[in-house]
Amino acid sequence: MVAPNSTQGAVERTAAHRTPASSYAGREPKIRIEGVSYWYSRRQMLNGVTLSVPDRAVTVLFGPAGGGKTTLMRLVNRLNDLVEDTQMTGRILLDGEDIYTPGTDVTGLRRRVGMVFALPLPLPGTVRENVVYGPRLAGERNTSRLSEIVERSLTQAALWTEVRDRLDAPALSLSGGQQQRLCIARSLALEPEILLLDEPTSGLDPISTAKVEESLYALKKDYAVVIVPHSVQQAARIADVAAFFLAGELVEWGEGPEVFTAPKVKQTEDYITGRFG
Amino acid sequence: MNRALVQRLGFAFLGLITFVVVVPILLVIGVIVARGIVAINWQFLTTMPHGGMKEGGILPAIVGTLLLTLGTALVAVPIGVGGAVYLSEYARDTRLTRAIRLAIVNLAGIPSIVYGLFGLGMFVLFFRFGTSILAGSLTLAIMTLPVIISTAEEALRAVPQEFRTVSASLGGTRWQGIRTIVLPQALPGIITGVILGLLRAAGETAPILFTVAAFYLPRLPSSPMDQTMTLPYHLYVISTQVPGMPLSIQYGTALVLLALVLSLNIVASVIRRHFRRKRQW
Repeated sequence: MVAPNSTQGAVERTAAHRTPASSYAGREPKIRIEGVSYWYSRRQMLNGVTLSVPDRAVTVLFGPAGGGKTTLMRLVNRLNDLVEDTQMTGRILLDGEDIYTPGTDVTGLRRRVGMVFALPLPLPGTVRENVVYGPRLAGERNTSRLSEIVERSLTQAALWTEVRDRLDAPALSLSGGQQQRLCIARSLALEPEILLLDEPTSGLDPISTAKVEESLYALKKDYAVVIVPHSVQQAARIADVAAFFLAGELVEWGEGPEVFTAPKVKQTEDYITGRFG
Repeated sequence: MNRALVQRLGFAFLGLITFVVVVPILLVIGVIVARGIVAINWQFLTTMPHGGMKEGGILPAIVGTLLLTLGTALVAVPIGVGGAVYLSEYARDTRLTRAIRLAIVNLAGIPSIVYGLFGLGMFVLFFRFGTSILAGSLTLAIMTLPVIISTAEEALRAVPQEFRTVSASLGGTRWQGIRTIVLPQALPGIITGVILGLLRAAGETAPILFTVAAFYLPRLPSSPMDQTMTLPYHLYVISTQVPGMPLSIQYGTALVLLALVLSLNIVASVIRRHFRRKRQW
């Protein structure tokens, strides 16, 4: 278990860790990640990550590829349970409760923690079927309740006006940007408390990207939003809280504007200003 | 040699090979249809044989083959598809599952007469089912299982992993993901495997030789414990065991068996196309 960057800026990093995200400091964090390390078939993906995610704000996880951002996200909704040959240490608390306690209701957890993937992945079937998939599995059978869910979720994802007449069209007949907002709506249909988005706009054109970002602004009023952005620019645009990851380590985190205008660690600054990564 | 010429020669060669493959099939079908069609009439299809099988129809053999195929399907499809779901969706890659997969592959290579003898020992004698449709169906089912399991597993694995991840991320249990997404998407492939397996079972002679087939039994079976005539075995009997059998009846019987198998095949591809149209990847 070798920490690849153990020689770089260890002192600076420790200092950065101690700095709390000031205006979120008083609030109880929605998610508390405590000293999480994670190995995938002997390769260390995360090394002692400690981070608080506030409620009703956008938390951005950014940094070069392979930094452990996606891995960390998939630990929060325990999607990594599907992967074999892994090992984790540390704790992840949701509203103060350890989600890795034996006996945790994993499917219930995943309903509370919605996730949107890098590529739009509509399920086979119509627009409507995609939105009601989660609620149906959760046991919702009432058709009028389901119709309400469809309209509410699609509205929240800023897609309702575009697809209200095409609810029974195949989900794949939508454009890429619409499909991705459909995937957001699909997660919102479960009324989660947290929304994880893993480069949700990486496959989209600028206009669709703007629309997805727009829906994020609306969503953070009600949800804890955690997002891996697809560029530093996007990270700077939307971050209330920003966390910079490098090779499995959390280098620096704090309030978005501070991290992007006055980074405390040289590696963060280098990355933001485009000197590497 | 210039590349265009090489390409043209290559295509010509591959085309020739394809032709060589297709010709025997067309010849077999052509000869059987040409010589057998004269024997086919309503009476041939709907009456019992009589006069030492040289007269009358082949109804009990048709019914027997249909019943055997149905019985085989009832046993082999649930077990085969269930096993494939387990292997593809639940089983981890352990020494045990590798051994199971190896066993399945090897089962597919066992000569059918061995299945027949196994069925005789296991179902006819040990379980005391006697020579019966039940024993025959079970024997054919065991022979069919490897085909169904391996094609169904293949079809399940071809469903993109992302669907399972998405389903899980929306609070679906593993089984909910399988039931709502994976199985429906894999259905065309599963049906193909099932039909391929059943077609082979319908045309087999050796496994039913000692387990169900009757040499001459001019009545319809009334229970799963009855013996029955079957088309493949009847064809074997009238071709080799009965002197002076009219050729037209032999070819007519072959034609009926062929038509049965081909029509099952057509039904399968219609079902497959129906489900594939719903699939989107």
